[in-house]
Amino acid sequence: MSEHLIELKDLTMVFEDGYTALDGINLSLNRNEFLTLLGPSGCGKTTTLRLVGGFAAPTSGDVLYMGKSIVHLPPYKRNINTVFQRYALFPHMNVAQNIAFGPDLRRQDKRETARQVADMLALVGLRGFEKRAVASLSGGQQQRVAIARALINKPAVLLLDEPLGALDLKLRKEMQVELKRIQVESGITFLYVTHDQEEALTMSDTVVVMRGGQVQQVGTPQDIYNEPVNAFVADFIGESNILAGTMIADRRAFFLGHPFECVDSGFGEDAPVDVVLRPEDVKLKSVDAPIPGAPRGVVISTLFKGVHYEMRVSVGADELLVHSTHAREPGTPVQITVAPSDIQIMRKSDMSPDAPARAEEAALPISDERM
Amino acid sequence: MRAKAMLLPFLLWLALFILVPLGLVVYYGVTVEEPIPYEEIMRADGSVHYRLADGTLRESEPYETRTRFSLANVSRFFDPMYVKLMGRSFYVAFCTTLICLLLGYPVALILTGKGFRHRNLLLLLIILPMWMNFLLRTYAWLSLLENSGLVNHLLEAMGFAKQQFLYHENAVVLGMVYNFLPFMVLPLYTVMEKIDHSQLEAAADLGANPFQRFLRILLPFSLPGVLEGITMVFVPAVTTFVISQLMGGGKVPLIGDIIQQQFGKANDWHFGATMSLLVMVVVLAFMYALNRADTENAGKGEVRIW
Repeated sequence: MSEHLIELKDLTMVFEDGYTALDGINLSLNRNEFLTLLGPSGCGKTTTLRLVGGFAAPTSGDVLYMGKSIVHLPPYKRNINTVFQRYALFPHMNVAQNIAFGPDLRRQDKRETARQVADMLALVGLRGFEKRAVASLSGGQQQRVAIARALINKPAVLLLDEPLGALDLKLRKEMQVELKRIQVESGITFLYVTHDQEEALTMSDTVVVMRGGQVQQVGTPQDIYNEPVNAFVADFIGESNILAGTMIADRRAFFLGHPFECVDSGFGEDAPVDVVLRPEDVKLKSVDAPIPGAPRGVVISTLFKGVHYEMRVSVGADELLVHSTHAREPGTPVQITVAPSDIQIMRKSDMSPDAPARAEEAALPISDERM
Repeated sequence: MRAKAMLLPFLLWLALFILVPLGLVVYYGVTVEEPIPYEEIMRADGSVHYRLADGTLRESEPYETRTRFSLANVSRFFDPMYVKLMGRSFYVAFCTTLICLLLGYPVALILTGKGFRHRNLLLLLIILPMWMNFLLRTYAWLSLLENSGLVNHLLEAMGFAKQQFLYHENAVVLGMVYNFLPFMVLPLYTVMEKIDHSQLEAAADLGANPFQRFLRILLPFSLPGVLEGITMVFVPAVTTFVISQLMGGGKVPLIGDIIQQQFGKANDWHFGATMSLLVMVVVLAFMYALNRADTENAGKGEVRIW
């Protein structure tokens, strides 16, 4: 089993006030992997990171490093470094002294350290910043110093706790690319924590979607986006329409008052399910040439979003979110088609549209407010 | 304009109760009072008359005194006896400050520690004695430590010999440490409370063991509190007189006692004022040096003391 670099086994964390932050997490992290823990605040992602870093001890469960338990090792004895959310740079030291903190503690040769500091600054794109005071740096620059300070110790794993949270949108986009480049160039395993689904999808090799202290889904960004296992994941990752439906038989689903062909099977007959339709997968057609079996609806609103138009279409009691490059005036009657492979069928969960008090919320896109 | 008007009462206060008294101290400090000069004249009939400088004759000895500028008291202060007293005052104050620091630093550290539960209660217990009269607290120590006091009774009951606790330097230091400890703990606590815990976590993350974290993070960050605590304890400790009188029983006079005597028994306000001024100069010099050390550390972000 020790081909995994880090393994989390039944990790559970119950705080003193009785709050369960982690409820039996099992995860493995491979060498050179960029793994992202993604979830809303309070889902346990930061707690997981702190347990791996050694800043807290789990209530039960184990953290393995190359097959050996490190759960009782203090942070300074773990070959793991962290980039903190607010960077936690040392304000009484300059950039070089900050980065050299780890090597200095190990009493490494000063000239060797200076050379490594210069290398690290080059890696993070801050060549020549050695003598600068930390307080004189911008947020993005402090971010890079924090990364250099961690990476100079050549950790087996770098933990990053929402490192881009304090940066503005443009800088965040740049740093996403930078971080991925640094990860590839340094060859160090990254364990990344974020609540930003776009960040997670952009950078990660593997995304772990968490909720309420539990792992919802583990997979590549493509898997997570295209094949969400439940309504929560579908809702959290990107915008989506989650509809209550029925599986009539294998490869035949019923929703929006109509039967649809799909590619899913194994749900049984007449089983209630959730149906996920990505807004860009819903095609609107003019009613001039009627398509047999296609539900009809009316465009309620149209918003210009830059690359595409975002439209709301009412279909019977349901409302669909549709992305299209072709705008349609509100009030226009339309027909709706969805390709069978674009229909994602999921088992019912407490996030289902017909679950009490969640129906409206689930239909709304949530990613925008998190930007 | 209104802001200035609102400042007026304060300025008045400042002038009336700080500048004027200070001016008086300076005035007394650099002047001496002496009897006006006169000549004694023996008359033929054997009676004695006194002739003043302006030529008037008096039958009784002149009682008036005159005040004149003189630095005689300054040179009088440099008599070995007074210098020794000053030295002892500084020594006792230094010991007091050091002990307060050694006791107060860990206390503040524990109080601000992560997950320490009864922080407010303990802080209250540290401050609580300050609400009681200072003399009362010192008298309490007397009744504990005097030869027929509680501690000696206990010692005797346990079969030990009586101990002479009071009336030497150590007793004075004990009294001072007891009275001044909160002034050390509070500034330390205030500064340490503000230290960002993630700094310590970052240091641990980068490989610093607890001792290294103390040296490289806690100590540099708490230094302003240390300097403030030293000032808050050292300055009153140099000038105190009540504690040394009570705990030292008059056997360990400090410079404060001598100054107080000049205004009391000795009734030499001029010499008392001179001594006050000189002590003030030394204390100011000390505070200036501390302040410089402080700003040098806090001012630039890059200074590293280790």
